[in-house]
Parts: sequence; structure tokens; C-alpha cells
Amino acid sequence: MSAHAEHNSHHHAPSGFKRWLFTTNHKDIGSLYLIFSLIMFLIGGAMAMVIRAELFQPGLQFVDPHFFNQMTTVHGLIMVFGAVMPAFVGLANWMVPMMIGAPDMALPRMNNWSFWILPFAFSILIASLFMEGGGPDFGWTFYAPLSTTYSNDNTALFVFAVHIMGISSIMGAINVVVTIVNMRAPGMTWMKLPLFVWTWLITAFLLIAVMPVLAGAVTMVLTDKYFGTDFFNAAGGGDPVMFQHIFWFFGHPEVYIMILPAFGIISTIIPTFARKPLFGYASMVYATASIALLSFIVWAHHMFTTGMPLAGELFFMYSTMLISVPTGVKVFNWVATMWRGSMTFEIPMMFSIAFIVLFTLGGFSGLMLAITPVDFQYHDTYFVVAHFHYVLVTGAVFSIMAGVYYWLPKWTGNMYHIGLAKAHFWLSLISVNILFFPMHFVGLAGMPRRIPDYALQFADFNAIISIGGFAFGLSQLLFVVVVIKCARKGDKVDDKVWEGAKGLEWEVASPAPYHTFEQPPVVK
Amino acid sequence: MRLVQLTLWLILMLPQSVFANSQYNLPVGVTDISENVYNLHMIIFLICCVIGVIVFGVMFWSIYHHRKSKGATAAQFHESTKIEILWTAIPFVILIVMAIPATKTLIAMEDTTKADLTIKITGSQWKWHYQYLEHDIEFYSVLSTPREQINNSEDKSDTYLLDVDKPLVLPKDKKVRFLMTSDDVIHSWWVPEFAVKKDANPGFINEAWTRVNEVGVYRGQCAELCGKDHGFMPVVVEVKEVADFDAWLVESKQQKVAAAAEEAASANIAMSKEELMTLGEQVYMTHCAACHQPNGAGLPGVFPALKNSPIALGDINAHIDIVVNGKPATAMQGYAKMLNLKELASVVTYERNAWENNTGDLVQPSDIQQANGEAK
Amino acid sequence: MEHAKLLKRLILATLLMFAFAFALVPLYDVFCQITGLNGKPSLEAAQVSEKVDEGRTVSISFITHAQAGAPFKVKAEKYAMEVIPGEMYTVNFSAKNLAGKNRVMQAVPSVSPGIAAKYLHKVACFCFNQQPMQANQEAELPLLFYIDPELPDEIEELTLSYAVFDISDSVKTAKVENKNENRI
Repeated sequence: MSAHAEHNSHHHAPSGFKRWLFTTNHKDIGSLYLIFSLIMFLIGGAMAMVIRAELFQPGLQFVDPHFFNQMTTVHGLIMVFGAVMPAFVGLANWMVPMMIGAPDMALPRMNNWSFWILPFAFSILIASLFMEGGGPDFGWTFYAPLSTTYSNDNTALFVFAVHIMGISSIMGAINVVVTIVNMRAPGMTWMKLPLFVWTWLITAFLLIAVMPVLAGAVTMVLTDKYFGTDFFNAAGGGDPVMFQHIFWFFGHPEVYIMILPAFGIISTIIPTFARKPLFGYASMVYATASIALLSFIVWAHHMFTTGMPLAGELFFMYSTMLISVPTGVKVFNWVATMWRGSMTFEIPMMFSIAFIVLFTLGGFSGLMLAITPVDFQYHDTYFVVAHFHYVLVTGAVFSIMAGVYYWLPKWTGNMYHIGLAKAHFWLSLISVNILFFPMHFVGLAGMPRRIPDYALQFADFNAIISIGGFAFGLSQLLFVVVVIKCARKGDKVDDKVWEGAKGLEWEVASPAPYHTFEQPPVVK
Repeated sequence: MRLVQLTLWLILMLPQSVFANSQYNLPVGVTDISENVYNLHMIIFLICCVIGVIVFGVMFWSIYHHRKSKGATAAQFHESTKIEILWTAIPFVILIVMAIPATKTLIAMEDTTKADLTIKITGSQWKWHYQYLEHDIEFYSVLSTPREQINNSEDKSDTYLLDVDKPLVLPKDKKVRFLMTSDDVIHSWWVPEFAVKKDANPGFINEAWTRVNEVGVYRGQCAELCGKDHGFMPVVVEVKEVADFDAWLVESKQQKVAAAAEEAASANIAMSKEELMTLGEQVYMTHCAACHQPNGAGLPGVFPALKNSPIALGDINAHIDIVVNGKPATAMQGYAKMLNLKELASVVTYERNAWENNTGDLVQPSDIQQANGEAK
Repeated sequence: MEHAKLLKRLILATLLMFAFAFALVPLYDVFCQITGLNGKPSLEAAQVSEKVDEGRTVSISFITHAQAGAPFKVKAEKYAMEVIPGEMYTVNFSAKNLAGKNRVMQAVPSVSPGIAAKYLHKVACFCFNQQPMQANQEAELPLLFYIDPELPDEIEELTLSYAVFDISDSVKTAKVENKNENRI
């Protein structure tokens, strides 16, 4: 295989910037996505630092409420669409072809395009912050009529940016589906697919199903604001609550778009370091599929306080509770995989274990939020903020970091600095809990979310939360250092970096050659 | 099943004093519903804790014992249909156990029997308006925490950001029905101690109810992002004994009559420039400064400036019209309902003379009345 | 290559889902009417009831709400009344344009509890149409309605609310007329 790589090295003709601009190579594009998402993670994180600085003490200190609202909005948009989703697409680009024994993604030129429109989308979004009137300030959920009649004139830029992000995601998803369906190596039957590939396939279908609905929602916001339609305006026969139905019809599956690939990564890493096959492979696949299906019938649990008939409240409460069954199955399967294994605790494994514990914690608060009568108390408080940061930061983001620490040596051919990576892990683990755990308390005690200033009884906890926030933010700079150092140099690694690793990606050379599996491998 | 419920109940009752510290947990509240909600919250929370302890217990036991460094060799089992069925079925049963009390509480919350008192609650950017529908009393309830406290130039009071000029007053032990609606964007009226949170949607009404068991003052906040000052529109409810509530009703009605008389009289008063500017500044800071800013510069692109603006320097009647009636489908609301003639005249005068707007125009209460026909 | 075929299908699925987002708008209305979601009553004139349920009365109250910036005062002649399900009632609303210029008024009905919306039948209502109001004009606007005898027993009390909007700016003719007055 390594001889093969050298043979191919004269293929990448253009160099410098042009190489990256015109590349159709899945590994290049994967790297672009990952680097882009890291930059977005840092920008979105910087906005979180602004939020936490303002909330460090009661009273208004640094920013005015109008700018504060822009920060919470753009922080949310960037983290969801700019950091988490592109990171998963990047991992899919790198790993899916290598895991199924394909030479590249099925539609390489579209792949190039779907990445390169992203920087434009986010440039537009971030640029709007510096224009007169400021950027979007209506929350990442952009509820009408706050985002229509009552928003500033830069809303069109927000709509345009979201459209581009949506197109990019849909193209990426189509590419993943075509690749997985058409380009598997001979003998790679459905039930032999690595779980990361399975979860991504299901995620891709979710993306194709709901991103167009988001596009529809922002289009309606656009026409309501600028072209006199009345989708969400009661005066013209519309209904602002309908916006929330359409938005959450997209929004809830979106939540699973951000967590299903994470399940795939964790299901790959745990067996490697437990040196034992994944427990219940088939049930993992079925659980993933049923979570995806259920995600379409639970959306209104985000809107219990909008005033729903009793039957509606009961239906959405029960269906939401039901999701905890397949999610529970996954957690049990991971624990059973560890059981009677022969475990070692390298960095990816440490992140994975942290993922299981903390994601489950977020799952518990999710179950509590599903209970309608109690949700009336939790809704739109910091309890919700704590919940979704547990599932998205210690869930999705931790899984991405676990994945990067797992595959980075394969990508670069170098082992990263273990000491620094360990420091990154422990600092992140401790600070992330100082950051998000007390949010449960302030939320229960009655602090609403999205406020720039708060009553005095929340002061102590907010100071602690902010300190945790700054520590977590700074710890991520360590991650940047580890990755850059590793890309430059480090101890050379074997083709099979981890002792217990299984799968086609470990059969190619390290670093992975520019072209892999030009001759499809035969899977037994 | 009964045994499970009983044990849970016991665990629940013993440390209630520990858990019920409102700084860390949901308040037990002062209504039957809020108590039910609190208990439900604790039951679900404890079930989650038990599951967590078991699952993580097994996991960490395994992490400790099944380590390579301890010489563990990996077993190779990787499936068991029996176990899979078991751990699908058990959570399902647990969910049913949770769903039963949840459904009961929810049904109790959606009670539609007749109420003793109905109050219409209207949210607007960024204040609440209360109307006692059977008693023809209505008033706005606006944040009364001084700006100096928010800007850190003064010490913050104990009820910082949770104080209003006029609280909603309710009788104890009566079923009170709330009808929520909104003037502009979506707001959400929330009092944690009542376990009532309901969205106020523009153009629609929503319903909620409560029956408070204890006299006292209860505070909450708007719970739906509603624009710039979302964090500055608290809810304060004062619950009184029925007799005291009735006395308050009588007193409020008398005040209303007195205010109407004063209003009629004020149309004939000529106010001095000093009077107009002093009252005007006061009104401006309370009602206008949030958007147009204390220095009249507005927020470019969001809220227009008044300093050097065509409105403040142009035709007086157009200026009065926009202040009194507002501008439809914008954040500019009409202040006819909120302010009296004197206040309206003062604030228009202030806007026309402050921040180098020196038009020299004086607007008198009678001008407001005239400009607006018989509207006021 | 099978790619092209699969690609076409996936793009088709994407377009269908985009169309579905817009299909949700009429679907939502249908859904609301069936389930009483959000208390949106029908805006079509109802037929007269055939049945009358003499056995009980239901309390109905009328509230009106002029939105911010809508210079109208609309009020029902009475705040509340007891009605027999199935029987027809008329309630007059007095409306007044407070502004010194012509305006167009639109009343949007909403019923609480939401589930009761489909049991409140309006035979004639001023909310069916836009109401042009001349400067300072006063008008009497009638509402003819009856409560469906099928109304669930546990609903003892319901509320019909009218949100009153000033839609002059979105009505073309009015727009020209008021163009200059409305500029900031």
C-alpha cells in the first residue's frame, strides 16, 4: 500500500492555494471541513466568552442588551451550522470512503462545491454583525414575528446565509448517500458496514428530509419581512405559532443530525480500546434508525407553552419519552462492550467514556424536559441551556474530539503529544462541568435563558459558570496546539495505530496516501 | 408497583427540606398544581438518579476490573437477544411508571371549569398589561428598578430586576383565569411559584389558571425572547386575602375616577416649559429611552434617532400622532393608553427641545387633546 | 453508473421536502381545525344549527384587543353571557376609529380553550372581511353565532377574543393615501 502511495504522489498537480481551491480529493476536502469547523468553533467560542463575561456579574458591564442578543443568536448559529455539522461532514469525507473501501466520494466535484460555499455563508453572517443595525438578534430559533416584522434590515443577510448553509449540507448529504449506496467494496454488505458509516447514512437521509424544510421556513421569513406575505402575521390570516411548528419540524431531527454520527464514532472507539467486538451491532443499527424515525413525531415538545390541546400535549410527551428507549439501548450496548473487555485508556477512549457519562446526563435532563407539566417550569430557563449543552458539547463536540484523537495519527502519520492531549482532556472535562452543571441549578431556581442581566439570587452560580466558561474556552487552545504540532511532526505511527483497531481504514499506510483503494479490497 | 411508588414517596419526603431550597431547585410553590409539579419533578429526577447509579456503577466497575493493565483478557461475546429485549422492556416499564402521574397532573392543569376572576394579560415590548375583565380595571406593570442600579452606579436592591411599579393583585383561594395575548412579538408570562408559564401570542389568546393558597408577593419573568429588553420585564403578583382584595378593587376604582377627573381638568392647564421638560424627561427615561436611548441617538438600523430627526423637528401634529397612536407593525406602540395628557404633552415637548433639538415648541395637554380629536 | 439515477432521486426528494415546507401551511390550518390547535376558529360563515341542547348553559365572554399601533376601540356590548348550545345569538360590537384619518381594520378571532374553537360557529361576523373606517368613524358591528351542542361537557366557559389590527399599510389603496403621513 505505501508503495502505491508514492506512485501516486505526482498526481496532485496544482500546489499552494489552488490545490485546496480546486481539490476534489475526499481527504483534502475532509481536512478543509475540519479546519473550517475548528475556526468556527473558536469564533463561536469567542462569542460565548462575550456572553459569559457579561453574565459574570449582575448589572450591565460590557455589552448592551441588543448586542448581547446578537451574540447568543450568532453563537448558536455558528456552533450548530458552522462547527458541529461541518466537523461531522469532514469526518465523513475522510473516513467513509476509507471505511467502505471506496477510492473517493461518489461526486467529487459537488463535494468541492459543497465545502467552498460554506466560508461565504459564514462571512455573510459574521459581516452582518458589523453593519448598521447589527446581525440577527432573535435567537438561533428566529421565532416570528420577532424575526419578521420586528427585526432589523439585515435579516435578509441571515436568510441568505442560512440558505447557503442548507444547500451545502444537502449536497454533502447526497454525496454521502450515493457513496455509501453505490461504492461499497465487494463483500461489504449492509450488516457489515462500520457503525460510523451506518449512522452517517441515516443522518444523511435526515438532512435531505429536513434541511429543505428549514429553507422553506427562512424563505417564508424573507417574504413575510420584505414581500408582504402573511405566513406568520395574524393580521393577514397567518399564525406565529405555525412558524414554530415548521421550525421544529426541522429543528428536532436537526438535533439528531448532530448526535447520530457521534454515536457512530463512540461505537467505533469503544470496541477498539476494549479489544472486544461491539455488543449488539444489529440492535445499534435498529436503534439508530428508530431514533431517526421517532425524531419526526416529537417536534412540538419544544413548544408545550404555546398553548396546545391536551391530546397534543399528551401525544408529544409520550412520543418524546419513547425516544429514551432506543437511546438507552445504545448506552447499555456500550457498557456491555466494555464489560469483560481488556481495556486501555488512550485519549480517544477517555473522551468516549466522558461522552457516555455526560451525554447520558444530558439524556436524563432531556427525559425530565419531556414531562409536559414539569416542562412548563423548565421551559426557556437555564435548565434547558444546561440540557442542550450537555448533549451538544459533552456529546457532539466530545465525540468529534474523540474521533480526531482516534484518526489524527492515521491522517498525519504522526502521533500527537500525549501529555498535551491528556492535559486538554482533563482541563476540558473539569471546566466543562463547572461551566454547565450549575446551569441546572440556576435554571431550576428560575433564571430565564437569553437574558443579559439577572436577579441577585443567581449571582453566585453565574460567577462560577463564567469561570468554568473561560477555563473551557482557554483549554480548547491546547487542542489547536496539539493538532498543529501533530500535523508538523511527531513519532511515526504504524499502519494500524491502535492495537485493537478494526476496519479497512487501518489497512492503508500511515499517513493515509492521497489515493486509497483504487483497487477495491475484498471484504470477507 | 405500589412498593416502588411507596419507596419513592419515602425518599421524596425525607429530604424535602434539603431539596426544596429554592436556590438549587424548583420551588414547591403556593398552589396545589405547583406542588404536584414539584413532586413529579422529584420523582423523575430520583428515577434518573437510580438508573444513572446502576448504569455508571456497572460501567465503572468494569473500567476498574476489566483493564488490560490488570491482566484482563477480552471475552469475545457480542450479542444476546435476551438481554437486548430485557433492556428494551425495562425502560419501557419505567416510562409507563413516569407517564401515569405526569398525565394526571397534566389533566388537572387543563381544567376548564368556571373561574371566579378573569384577567387579561397582554405582553408588549417590554412590559405587561393587566385587565380585570369583570371589574373594568386595567393598568400597565413596568420594571421599576432604577437605571442607575442596572448600570452599576448604585447598589442593587434585593429585588433587583424583579420589581414593578404596579403588581398584579389576586385574591387568595379563588380560581383565577388568565387570558394571554400580545401586542407585538411573542412573550411568555411565568410565575414559578404558581407553576404557570404560558406564551402570549400576537393575535391569539391563550389560557391558564391558578388558585393560590398563600398570601404573599411572588415574582417571575418573561420567558420568551422578545427583543432587546427581554430581560427587563418582570412579573410581580401580590396575593391578598379576599377581603383585602375587595378593598383594593374599590380603591382602584376610586383612583380611576379621580384620574379621569384630573385628566379632564388637565386639558385646561397651561404648563410652564420647566414643568414640561422635567416631567417629559422622567417619562422619556421610563418609556422611550430603552429604544431611542437616553441621548436620543437611537440604535442605528434598529431604533430611529430622535435627535435631529424629521419627526421631532417637523410637524407637531405628526409627532403627536406617532406618540399617541404608534406606528403599526413596528416596535413603536401608541402611548394613549399608557400615559395621561400631561405626560404625553411633556414627553413631546421634551423630545422637541432636548439634545439640541431646540425647536422651542411647547406642547400643552390641550394640544394633545385637540390634535387627536376626541380620541383621548 | 448508477450515480446519476440515485442523484436524481435524492434531488427530487430534496425538492419535494422544500415543497412540503410550504404544504405545511395549508396542512396546519386543516390540522388546527380538526384538533382545535391554537384556538383558530373557521373564517367561513356557518350554517344554522339544527339541534338545540336545552339541558345546559355555557358561559361565553367576549374580549377585544387593539394591537399596538392600531388606533381602534372595539368593544362588545356585554362582556359575558350565558348561552344555550344550539341556539343563535347576536352580539353587537361598537367600533371606533380613533385616528384622524381613514384606516382599514381587520379583526382576527381566537377562541380559548383552543379545543372549543371548532364548536363555536359564526353565522355572520365582521371578522370575515376587512373593515374600512373613515376618520373618527363609529360603527356597530354584529356577530351572529351559536355554540355547537357537541361541545364537551367539561368546558363550562369559553372566550372569544378579537385581535384588532390596522392593516391600512398592506391594503394598496389606503397605502397611496397615507403614504406621506406614515413616513418616519
